[in-house]
This record gives sequence, structure tokens and C-alpha cells, in this order.
Amino acid sequence: MAHEETRLIMKYADEPGYTNDIDCYLKHGGYEELKKAVTMKPEDICAEVMDSGVRGRGGAGFPAGMKWKFLDRKSGKPIYLVCNADESEPGTFKDRQIIHKDPHQLIEGMMIAAYAIQAKLAFIYIRGEFFQGYRILEKAIEEAREKNFLGDNILDSGYSCDIIVHRGAGAYICGEETGLIESLEGFRANPRIKPPYFPAALGLYQCPTIVNNVETLCDVKHVVAMGGKEFAKIGTPGNTGTRTWCVSGHVMKPGYYEFACADITLGELIYDVCGGLKPGRKLKAVIPGGSSSKILRADERFTGKLKDGTEYDWGIEDIPMDFDSLMAVGSMSGSGGVIVMDDSTDMVEALANINYFYAHESCGQCTPCREGVPWMRKITQRMVDGEAREEDADLLNSIADQIAGRTICAFGEAASWPVQSFIAKFKDEFVEKAREQAARRKEGEKTAKETTLI
Amino acid sequence: MNLKPETTEKIDKLVPRYPTKRSAALPLCHLVQEDQGYLSNEAIEWIAQRLELEPINIQEIVTFYPMLRTEPTGKYHVRVCRTLPCALAGAYQTCHRLEKELNVEVGHTSEDGLVTLEYVECHADCGRAPVVMVGEEEYTDIDPDKAGELAAKMKSGELSDGMPD
Repeated sequence: MAHEETRLIMKYADEPGYTNDIDCYLKHGGYEELKKAVTMKPEDICAEVMDSGVRGRGGAGFPAGMKWKFLDRKSGKPIYLVCNADESEPGTFKDRQIIHKDPHQLIEGMMIAAYAIQAKLAFIYIRGEFFQGYRILEKAIEEAREKNFLGDNILDSGYSCDIIVHRGAGAYICGEETGLIESLEGFRANPRIKPPYFPAALGLYQCPTIVNNVETLCDVKHVVAMGGKEFAKIGTPGNTGTRTWCVSGHVMKPGYYEFACADITLGELIYDVCGGLKPGRKLKAVIPGGSSSKILRADERFTGKLKDGTEYDWGIEDIPMDFDSLMAVGSMSGSGGVIVMDDSTDMVEALANINYFYAHESCGQCTPCREGVPWMRKITQRMVDGEAREEDADLLNSIADQIAGRTICAFGEAASWPVQSFIAKFKDEFVEKAREQAARRKEGEKTAKETTLI
Repeated sequence: MNLKPETTEKIDKLVPRYPTKRSAALPLCHLVQEDQGYLSNEAIEWIAQRLELEPINIQEIVTFYPMLRTEPTGKYHVRVCRTLPCALAGAYQTCHRLEKELNVEVGHTSEDGLVTLEYVECHADCGRAPVVMVGEEEYTDIDPDKAGELAAKMKSGELSDGMPD
């Protein structure tokens, strides 16, 4: 039986007749939470967000309330809020849905957050490829301004804040919060080293800045609606609220599905919700949280103890979809992008595809990443092209080991984790390919390129 | 540089909104590129001057961000997403079909100037893969057959170039 979704963020998004204009939003109770918020003390809203336990939906899963708490309020400098809408982690497409289908929910969430942190100005950094999303947001902001939900003296509260929608131009690294800030300031998106550049202290224009994901900011609205403690009842302790899982790859019904955290297992998501695999196919592997998260092999077993002491013994299908469980099995929920691969997938080709992406997107600032990631790409490309060597798997792993942890930002890890996990779990395939190709070369056979993924 | 009056108007409104002029660099690059089709040296110098920067400050942006171009595209700017979810859904086959039908190699502009065909990284619509963009218009679930239909419509001029009027 298919599982019931718990739609909070996507509640109205796909409702027939629901449009993205402000009248429709207001008819559905829109902006009531902003009206409530501006009568509250900003610190009380921050406390509610803290109580809610809501963790960032952009990738790292850091508690939003804690991030807000780190804000340097005593510097005397203006405070900025930035919505990270640079959705570009392969496999992830939830923010696009929110922006297209319910832009006012994001604007309301942003204005509540902006008021709570007393931001002077807010930005939506939207990826350049979202042409339509950009236009939708511009229109929605204009509508909201006309109704005084943003701009000067919002709802006669004495608080003023505007939103600027700022378009990126096709660089994945702009999703990294300090890279985003550099980009917003008009530079190349080279991430800043942390510390000292934790945005909450030294962010945009060297001022205190909060950068939150689109979905996280929408959650803020719901935290105000129901109160932090009530919100925390959705999901499980430490994994509160809902998550929108974006499922792509070899399933019958790819798409986005919203569930309370831990309310569904990976197996239920793939088989019950997404209609299972293509006919006659078997599950081979899943990347659970966007392409940078470590891959899970279909026949793996995971045993251990969760943070609360509960012992677990899971197959891949038993893993509860939440932050901590996916962390416990050695991967992460990341940005919520679940990429499913069936037994038709060639893992060398799949890794070659991923390596191509990260090699293309490295900002080039740190030597291990600038040199190492394209090196990994070249090796997997060579393997795809028929020149694989038996030692390639170990070489790939060794390069990845030398990148992770040695770069300014987490891109080094994002590029290394796929390589390390593919080799750890599918080394036999890498070695087998090398042997086959070596045998063919020995026979003088041409190794025709018959790839489909790169 | 001859910009359309509406572009100049947009630029004049946009720059003062930002706390620093330099912050407006990327939006100005977008606006000038939309106006001119690409960012020429003259355009880069013009943007730098408008923001009281050196041309190298704009040049370094133009060479960093993949969506900024220093060459014009064909009438149809076709971008095929090649990242893993799209690839698993057959994006490479889709692109090969476009290459064949449109007589253009991916990464190039066709000799008649009709089409520029490129691979791009994730378009963030992986649930409806493979994704192809024509100008600013997105087409989803584009298997090779549908790619063939798109190509035919481009050749006959039936398809919109996907750019705002």
C-alpha cells in the first residue's frame, strides 16, 4: 500500500486550481503567519525556530535555529538574509517546485526570517537556469510589495525590508554559502575559508548574514504557524519536520514526494511510492541525497547503534529516510535527491558521469580540487573509452583521499565521496572492466565505445 | 555601445538597489547579454565603466560563469542536460539524435547559424528527465523521438526560439 504523504511545504503546490498569484495564496490563508510574526518579538521567533529543531534542507542539515543564534548582533553592521535558491546538486529539484508553484510561501517565510534576525535587506540567489522561476519570483515580490508584505514599514510594524532576486550564471559552487556570497558581491564564486568567514559573523559585505535554503525558509513559516514545539512533533527527535524527497533514475514514477522525517523507508519510497523499478529490473544502487552523497549498494546490510542507543540491522530497503539514519549508514540525506539505479547500470560509467560534473564545477581555487578532480575525471573517462587499467580503482581512491579534507570548502568532499564510495562498493566492477578491456586489447580487438551515460 | 532603451532603463533602476555597485556585475552581464546576444569586449568594458570597475573585473566573471558567453549563439540555443539522472534517462541518446537531425556537433553552432547545441550540467528537473532547453524554454521527458520532433520544428521555424519578446 502506498504511504500517505505529509504535505506541509507542498501542501497546495499540486492542488488543482492552485496558482502562484497572491490572491490565490491569500485565499489559502497566506501571509497570516507574517501578520502574526510582526507582532512578536524577533527573539521569540528565533526561540521558536530553535525549539522546532528544524535542520537546513540545503545539504548539510545544520540546525537553522543554531545558525541564527550564531548571528553577530552586536557588530552594529547591517544584517542580511540570503535565500539560497541555487539548486544545482544533481538529483535535486524541490526548490524549483516551490518557486514555480508557491512563490509566496517562500516570500512569506523569508520575511518572517528577515524580521526575526532583523535583516536590513534580503536576497534570493536563484540559479541562472531558472528563467521562469526568476520571472515568477519578480512578479510575486511586486504583488507582495503592493500589499505591504515587504518594503517600507511592513504591515505598519515599523520594520522595513526588501527582497532582491539575484540570478546566478550556471556555477554549482554558488550553492556553497560563502561562494554564493562572493558571487553576490560581484566576484568569482570562490568559497571563503571558515573560520573566520562564518557568514553569521562575516558574511555579505563583511556583515552578519544568514544563508538558508528555500525549503528551510518555507519551514520557518510553518514553525510560526504551529509553534516550535508542535512543529518538532512532526518526524522524530533530531529529525523534525518534513522532507521533500526528489526521486529520479530508474523508477516507474520519478518525482517529488513529501514525508515526515523517518516516516518512510527507502524501500517504501522506491517500491510503494515510486512504483518500483522498470519491468524485469533489479535494484543495484541508490544515491540517497544528491550526487555528492555516498552511494548505497542494494545488497548491503547496515548494523550499528543510533545516537539514542537503538540498535539497528537494516537492509537498504529498511533505512528510515531522515538525517541521522542516512548518516548512520555512511551516507547522508543531503539535499534530498534520491537517484535510483537498476542492474542495467554500468557503475564505471555512472561514476565517470559524476566525475565529469564535479570536474566541470570545481572553482579552481584549491590545488587538490582543481588538479585532483579533473584527474579523477580523466581516469574514469579513460576507463569508459576502453583503456582501463587494473590499478585504476586504487588510484582513484587514493586521489579522492588526498582531496577530501584538504580544501577550503566541502566541494572537495562532494567530489571525493562518490569516488570513494563507488570504489568501496563496486571495486569488483572496476577491476573486471579493466581485465576485460586488457584482454580485448591483447587480442587486438578494437574497444568500441558503447557508453550511454557519458 | 548601443543598448536598447529598455535595457538601459533596467540597468539604471537595478544598480542603485544594491549596497555596492560591484554586486550588480552579474545582473548587468545578464542584461547586456540578453540585449546583445553575447558579451563582446566592448560590452565588458562598458559594464566595467558603468560599475566603476576595471574591465578585468568583469572579464574574470565572464570567464568563470558558464552561462556568460563571448560568442553569439545560433537562432536556437539548445542545451541538453547531461548529468546523471538525465543520463540514466537517456540524455546522451537524445543529444545524439539532435546532432544528427540538426547536422551540428554538440558544443558547436550549425553552419547555417540555426542552432547552437550544448551539453549543460544539471537543470534541476531530474524527475522529468531528460531535460532540454531551447532558449529559456524547458522541454522535459525528451526521448530521441521527441528530440527528432523538436529538431524538425526548429528546421521549419515552427518552434519558438524560447527567448522573451
